[in-house]
Order: sequence, then C-alpha cells, then structure tokens
Amino acid sequence: MSEKRKLSVAVNGTSYDEDVEVRLTLADFLRHQLGLTGTHLGCEHGVCGACTVLVDGLSVRGCLMLAVQADGTEITTVEGIAPSATELHPLQQAFHDNHGLHCGFCTPGMLTTLLELLRDNPSPTETEVREAISGNLCRCTGYQGIVDAALDAAERLKDGGGDSR
Amino acid sequence: MKPPPFSYHDPGTVTEAVQLLASLDNAKLLAGGQSLMPMLNMRYAQPDHVIDLNRVEGLSYIREDAGGLEIGAMTRQRDLEFSEDVKRLCPLLAEAMPLIGHRQTRNRGTIGGSLSHFDASAEIPTVCTAVDAIVRVEGPNGEREIPFKDFPAGYLTTSMALDEVLKSVRLPPWAAGHGHGFEEFARRHGDFAIVSAAALIEAGTDGAITRVSVTIGGIGPAPFRVAAAEAALVGQAGSAAALAAAAEHCRDIDAHDDIHAPASYRQHLAVVLARRALEKAWTRVEAGPGEPNMGPTT
Repeated sequence: MSEKRKLSVAVNGTSYDEDVEVRLTLADFLRHQLGLTGTHLGCEHGVCGACTVLVDGLSVRGCLMLAVQADGTEITTVEGIAPSATELHPLQQAFHDNHGLHCGFCTPGMLTTLLELLRDNPSPTETEVREAISGNLCRCTGYQGIVDAALDAAERLKDGGGDSR
Repeated sequence: MKPPPFSYHDPGTVTEAVQLLASLDNAKLLAGGQSLMPMLNMRYAQPDHVIDLNRVEGLSYIREDAGGLEIGAMTRQRDLEFSEDVKRLCPLLAEAMPLIGHRQTRNRGTIGGSLSHFDASAEIPTVCTAVDAIVRVEGPNGEREIPFKDFPAGYLTTSMALDEVLKSVRLPPWAAGHGHGFEEFARRHGDFAIVSAAALIEAGTDGAITRVSVTIGGIGPAPFRVAAAEAALVGQAGSAAALAAAAEHCRDIDAHDDIHAPASYRQHLAVVLARRALEKAWTRVEAGPGEPNMGPTT
C-alpha cells in the first residue's frame, strides 16, 4: 500500500538519493528521513509558514509539496543559511541583535522567507517586509522585532556582509 | 498529519493525463497543490490516485494572440504576478495577483488549479468572470471551450466533466486605455476575500462610458456580474455620483451568512468595494494609456 519512488535531491549543497513514500510531504521528508529538524511544522495545512524552505531559490511551504515533486531540485533549509558552523548569516545575526525571536518556532520559516525577499528586493520598505512575512505566523514577538531585524539585515547585506543566496 | 496512501502518477503529456483520469477510479489531479495538499493532509480528500500535472510539458506559458492573452493552466501565480504581458494586456489580473495568498503559495499555486478548485472568494475566478474568460479543457473526446459564464456549477464545482483536464484560459482584451480596479476586503493580507469587486471601464473620445464590467466575488457560489450596475453607467460620464449610484445596485445581491460575516454586511461591502473599484477604474480611464503604475504599455 505504501508506494515508493526514487528521489534525487540536493539539500543545502549535499546530494541525497532516497526511496520515499509517494504520500510523504517535503517537510516530513526533510525532518524524518534526512533528520533536518530545523524545518518546523506548525499547522501542516499551509497557514503558519513555519515549514517554509527554498526550492530552487523560491520559497514554498514544505507541507504543501510532496517529497517526490522535489526530484531534481536544490533545496535550502534553515540549516543551510549560515556560512559555517560558527558564524551566523547576517540575517540570522540581525534576528539575534533585534530580538527577532522568542521561542524560535516560526524562525526557520521567517528566515527562509526573508532570505528570498532580500535577494529579490535588497531595499524593502517596512510595508514590503510585513507583506512578505504575512504568511508566517509568530505568537511571541508581535512581529516588530522581526521587521526590525529584516530591515537591519537589508542594511548589513548592502554593506557587503555576506551573500544572501 | 499525513495524506492517506495513494498511487502517484506523473504523466508527461496532457493526453496521458486525460487517459489516466479516464481509466483510474477515484483519481485527483494535482496542480500547484495549495488547495489539494491541505485537503490531503487533513484527509478531506482521500483519492486512490493522484495525477501530478507538474511534469506535463507545455502547460506553463503566457502568450499574446489575436484573442487576447492565452495562459497555460500550470502557469504559476508568481509568473503572472511578474509578467509584463499580464500588466499590459490584463492589468486587472496583475492588480489582483499580490492579493492571492502569500509569496510562498504564489510560488507554487497555478491559474488552472485556482480555476479548477473554484473557491468563490478566490481572486482568479473573479477576474475571469470580469473579463469573460474562455476556459479550454481536454477530455477523452477531445478539446472544448467553456465560456466563463457557463463555467461555475455550484460551490467549489465547475462545469468541467470529471474526466476533463483544464489546459488553458483565454482572457479577451479590453481596449488600450481602459480602466481597471480590483478591491477586496479580507481579515488579514492573503486571506480569502470576504467580498471582492472588480471593475473595468472603456470610454469614447467624448468621455462617455462605452463598456463596463462590474463583478462581485465572495458572495454566493461563484463570482458574478452585476448587470444593473453596468447598464446604469453606459453612456454616462464617470462622475462620482454616477459611479456611486451604479455601485448601489450591488446591494440587491443575494448573500449568505457565515462565520465571517452576515449577509447584510456582505451586501454593504459589495456596494463600497464596487464603488471604489469603479472610481479606481475611472481614474485610470482619465489618466489614459501609459499610466505610470501600470507598467510599460508598449
């Protein structure tokens, strides 16, 4: 009953060849099969945005895509954002410095979503930042710290503070 | 939460997809997945077979031809949002695009998926109603075209047969220099609209309105045209009083109560949003072609 398929995918620069159940969502594949538990699952029906990952550079909800559909793609999860194990990406550093997280549950989705925004629009307005994260629910911060962090990160990235993928 | 077990098919052509759909019992087509995937995760939908259209060749395109804008069913909402052709040939669609869900859902969601799912509050069906779109579908007996007025068949239901696949949608053009306006009220950015309104206006050189489209979405099983509002404006100049009087016709619409809003509130919103959409459209008529916020007009 549990039909399987072969899946070739690159996650954070590492190639994986895996057998996956066809009904497995991308988010569950990343968490349970690859052990990349940085991608969080909140609502599992496309509302909370916690499971946002980048597929070929575009943000998608990991719970609204089947793992088999990711065959042949390159995926970036929150684990793939920092340049090294000891260094934070400027966006992550800006979250740290601006109190952009309390419990941290929404943070992986916020970071991946904002990474895409800052790549496509290096100088966003506050309204554009708020619109970009309108599909990401945070129950701690009231969003203010997150918006501050995004705007701060935009400045840091312009100053040559690292690549924004 | 996990989708129920199903068999997965990823055909490479529309013909294969149609054959699979005709031969398999309890099969569902999967387009961008932004409606079907939640339904699978919550097991509202329990298909035995999922036919994924994402590997089908030749279903993702935006093309200009004599009949207007032809858009392939698997064209992502993101591609419509950033398309210069859409801004130029159907600016109403371009204006509605950013209101659909969020960046993450528009990166996956497709125009054909939205039309097939047919949520009455969704923006794409409202725009298609406004411009008299024509939907092309393919079934075991070949292709056919469905004018948009015949497309809705009830809540979340279209007049496509169960063995037909939506291939493309054509958006007939409005004259260069027409005005457009899309307005909606939703509780949060990206939510389905409680009520939405779309307006299109063409005017002659004497400033009199020659052609109007007024569409209300979010009320009833499908978006619909308010013929009385349209008739009230033809031949008139777009004065504030005339636009407001036309919008008033939207109060007579049969509306439903639900957890979000009572019927009377929806009727009120229909009037207010129709007026704003008409005012926006008229302002653009007066500004003429090449209005800066509409993108290039060449």
